Amino acid sequence: MADFKTNRRSFIKGSGAVGAGLAAPTIFTKAHAFTNEPGPGSVVLGFNVPQSGPYADEGADELRAYELAVKHLNGGGDGGMLNTFSSKALDGTGILGRKVDYVTGDTQTKSDAARASARAMIEKDGAIMITGGSSSGVAIAVQSLCQDAGVIFMAGLTHSNDTTGKDKKANGFRHFFNAYMSGAALAPVLAERYGTDRKAYHLTADYTWGWTQEESIMAATEEKGWETVNAVRTPLAETDFSSYIAPVLNSDADVLVLNHYGANMVNSLTNAVQFGLREKMVNGKNFEIVVPLYSRLMARGAGQNVKGIFGSTNWHWSLQDQASQTFVSSFGREYGQPPSQAAHTCYVQTLLYADAVQRAGSFNPCAVAEALEDFEFDGLGNGKTLYRGADHQCFKDVLVVRGKENPESEFDLLEVVQVTPMEQVMYEPDHPMFAGGSLGQCNPGA
Amino acid sequence: MDAILLQILNGLDKGSAYALIALGLTLIFGTLGVVNFAHGALFMIGAFCTVVVNGLLSLERVTLSETETNPWGEPLEIRVQYAELWFGDFGQLMVDYSVFWSLLFVIPAMLLIGIAMERGLIKHFYKRPHADQILVTFGLAIVLQEIIKQIFGANPIPQPAPDALRGAVDVGAALGLSPGSIIYPIWRLVYFLFAALIIGGVFAFLRFTTFGMVVRAGMADRETVGLLGIDIDKRFTAMFGIAAVVTGLAGAMYTPILSPNYHMGMDFLVLCFVVVVVGGMGSLPGAVAAGFLLGVLQSFASMTQVKALFFGFSIDQVIIYLVAVIILLTRPRGLMGRKGVMET
Repeated sequence: MADFKTNRRSFIKGSGAVGAGLAAPTIFTKAHAFTNEPGPGSVVLGFNVPQSGPYADEGADELRAYELAVKHLNGGGDGGMLNTFSSKALDGTGILGRKVDYVTGDTQTKSDAARASARAMIEKDGAIMITGGSSSGVAIAVQSLCQDAGVIFMAGLTHSNDTTGKDKKANGFRHFFNAYMSGAALAPVLAERYGTDRKAYHLTADYTWGWTQEESIMAATEEKGWETVNAVRTPLAETDFSSYIAPVLNSDADVLVLNHYGANMVNSLTNAVQFGLREKMVNGKNFEIVVPLYSRLMARGAGQNVKGIFGSTNWHWSLQDQASQTFVSSFGREYGQPPSQAAHTCYVQTLLYADAVQRAGSFNPCAVAEALEDFEFDGLGNGKTLYRGADHQCFKDVLVVRGKENPESEFDLLEVVQVTPMEQVMYEPDHPMFAGGSLGQCNPGA
Repeated sequence: MDAILLQILNGLDKGSAYALIALGLTLIFGTLGVVNFAHGALFMIGAFCTVVVNGLLSLERVTLSETETNPWGEPLEIRVQYAELWFGDFGQLMVDYSVFWSLLFVIPAMLLIGIAMERGLIKHFYKRPHADQILVTFGLAIVLQEIIKQIFGANPIPQPAPDALRGAVDVGAALGLSPGSIIYPIWRLVYFLFAALIIGGVFAFLRFTTFGMVVRAGMADRETVGLLGIDIDKRFTAMFGIAAVVTGLAGAMYTPILSPNYHMGMDFLVLCFVVVVVGGMGSLPGAVAAGFLLGVLQSFASMTQVKALFFGFSIDQVIIYLVAVIILLTRPRGLMGRKGVMET
């Protein structure tokens, strides 16, 4: 048996050999210019959506849209909105000649789980871009992670002002509208329908989206002459809002604004209707309820309680422009149902990213960001749209909708009352509601 | 004054749901000594029984239109409910009152589910520590809610109350106060009365029937009852089934108030455990009293005036736990707890 003796000299020689051996693979490989630079064959996109938890149905619809977008990018199906998109850089041969693959992650609508799944997709699966949403808290957390990791984040459904306000990042982009825009679009319609002499009572979900939604709609309605009687924060986990609705009955308010989304919205609206608020007369006027952010998927949960109630939405499948009709037709044939606004924004974000890469001629996040900044486009369902460079927020028309009185199908829950022009919902990048943060520098990562 | 009365009504209403679930929990703990964390799931399953019955009654005949198309170019589906086709107006009435019809389904379904749960899983954990029981029943609750989510989806499914019971009623005028001062939803009053009926029924069953007497004797001294030649285990299994029925009924009747979703059981579970602990482990009257007490306290705590007393702090989110701490510090066995229960 050989006699192995270790002394200082042999240890140093041995460690040197092992070190050189370990370093060899990286010596002979080319350094990457940016995180997850794709090879010549394919490119991986990371779809980070809630696949479990309270927003799982919305997440499932987002995933459908992403899969459809990948299909269209790779030349499958009928091409969807690639046919109507004003930019003609994409030709159905993937992105920069590479086939588009994707991986999915489950955010569980929890910031920590969403960050963990995004990190796994970037580090393990080599995702070059992360996209997804359904909660602003989650979107802001993942956006910050993508900034640090050096990949682009194309936000899905996130409506808080903070996403492109105080928490904006150079690597993050949002197509969806925001709370300020909801307020700016809704307030004139509310003033016209319900008058300028109104007293509003707000119930608000106690987290980032709720706060910015309350601030936005309050400011917009007060500008029209409304008075805010009270604004009460409700816990996100609350299911029975009766004890919050009861004080509304004894206040002097004649409008209840529900700054709630998802299950919160379904339950608070149901409770408000059950307490007879909609039949109530206060100050000689009919009592009214307003839901600033509507979602068709969630309106379904509230059943007939949504009838006649005003709100706003980013997009609706009943729009008659050619792009929307093309998308509805494409999605409907694939899945047997119309797409939700969440599905629409996710599909559009995927196309916009692919188009930006194609136009930039590179997957480098900084080149992609440059191609997206101040990009003006049309033909994706919202009319003329601007991706503003100063805050990475899309500006486009906003839809004011109302719960439909006589729905013709289970999908036919909302009707578009007004298309508010983009100019009416524009604001300066340094608007007080969006102040406090800066985009910083684009980070290409490695 | 009106606001206070309204919050008392609200609290009693919330409390009746807490009391019903806590009653079922206590029945199981008192008889079998099991801490059942899957009890919230039974509440949720009861609610989904209503969804199933409503779905069955609302089954539709689908025909494809020859002339019209949907937005994606396929023939439009024309849907007519079978109940309406076959029974006309009576069919519509059946669908409208589906919540009540569902109770006929909830009772046998929950009895079977309860017995299957006890025989199939929980009986294997009788002699294991409470921590093991909590873990296994909590796991079961998660499995059950994931199954429900898989079948029915994650979004709430609305179950409207019957048309006639959908609106609100002027309780203020009925109490001799100024008209319009207290408007309260009819269905919530129905729920309160229903809960009172069920609670009364369970107490009467335990008090006035031989079965109930044996169960109460078993709860007090299981060994002696066994020595008398009575198969107490079989009766306790039946009590598990009955507790499941009580909780299932509570869930089914709650559907017009809270649209059923897969997570609703978990939302109630933690609160109801606090209710049981505050009431006193194993005490049925304690569970009911604590249910109503905490329901009313929670309602009051969400009033703006009460929050103002606490400098705007959201006291409503912690009041139940705060009261639980105070009661357990002053009365370690809870309001009506018995000596020797969960004490070694």
